[in-house]
Amino acid sequence: MTRALVVDDSRAMRSILTRILSSLGMEVVEAEDGQSALAKLQQFPPFDVALVDWHMPGMTGLELISDMHRQPKWRSMAIMMVTTESDQSQIVRALNAGAHEYLVKPFTADAVAEKLLLLGVKFSKGNGSESTMGGNN
Amino acid sequence: MTLAPKDVSYVRELVFDRSAIVLGEDKQYLVESRITMLARDLGLGSAEEVIARLKRDGDRTLEERVIEAMTTNETSWFRDVHPFNALKSVIIPEAMERNAAKRSLAIWSAACSTGQELYSVAMMLDSDFPELSSWKLDLVGTDISRKAVEKAQSGLFTGLEINRGLPATMLVRYFVRDGSGYRIRDDIRNKVRFGVLNLIEPWPPMPLFDVILLRNVLIYFDMDTRRRILGLAKQQLVQGGVLILGGAESVLSLVDGFVPVTIGTTTVYHKDKENV
Repeated sequence: MTRALVVDDSRAMRSILTRILSSLGMEVVEAEDGQSALAKLQQFPPFDVALVDWHMPGMTGLELISDMHRQPKWRSMAIMMVTTESDQSQIVRALNAGAHEYLVKPFTADAVAEKLLLLGVKFSKGNGSESTMGGNN
Repeated sequence: MTLAPKDVSYVRELVFDRSAIVLGEDKQYLVESRITMLARDLGLGSAEEVIARLKRDGDRTLEERVIEAMTTNETSWFRDVHPFNALKSVIIPEAMERNAAKRSLAIWSAACSTGQELYSVAMMLDSDFPELSSWKLDLVGTDISRKAVEKAQSGLFTGLEINRGLPATMLVRYFVRDGSGYRIRDDIRNKVRFGVLNLIEPWPPMPLFDVILLRNVLIYFDMDTRRRILGLAKQQLVQGGVLILGGAESVLSLVDGFVPVTIGTTTVYHKDKENV
């Protein structure tokens, strides 16, 4: 089963992403900030994909991605930034830090699945009609 | 509010008459929701009022808006990914080899909706086939919906639309920020042309194409209409040209003269060189 790590300080956003990813047949672990994410990366078997918010208390998503990218053992994990930051200069920063894809909030469930397809992350065809929208966090 | 069955039937018959698209009896919800949205757009009180006007006035513009409302489907960039991988790895390189002498390439997105499919092709050609910069490219998109075609021509997309399957690297490279949305770069927009075409009406003179994308369209038509459109598409392809259908569609048992070829997980149809 494909395993995903969702990192976001908003419980509502974690819940939305978890619901979408679970509907795609994925096993999901949540983390509420960067430090917690690093702990869960150490604690759990390797994840196939990490979905990371930008603005979080303490360590930012950008710093977390840089940290993850530097660790050879996590290199095979696909990393997608999921954020309200929509300027192209910010997207470039995220890609340069090690993100492989970028999703701007708000988003639909279909948009998440299409980005996973781009990343080559395996999932089962979920309920494509789900129209959950990400919020403004 | 639930539409009366006779009103739903009226819309289904109108759509079939004008576009040959078959809306099954299970599409009551779709009819109600789309006509209700159209009523809001037009400042009318309800879906019933839209249908009453249609029946009373025989207004062709309103009919066109109803057809558009019922046939416009959401789309995404690089939809399903795999057909684009097939284009990149095999179909485009083969077409370039075949056309090396005349240095031209023609591709048609035959139900282009708001343009994402054709722009995806244009971006891929620019990104992965730089040698084509000196070729004559004819990238054509057509759709039954005038509104969709106008949006495609504008090259302007919302954040939600951009999120739908566009790789981040492509967003950075080929779009500029425009208000709260993004506009495709002029040099890409200038490589494509869009027009209105109802596939069941006579097709205007068009060039022969190396590739025709006719994806997720045939499923809406009855068998006779599928046969007719596939026959016309075959005539519109160069010999050895490639027809790409949606994942749930096939030419098999409908029309002769195509050879199925599987590339990765995508099956495409080559116009048989023996068949003209």
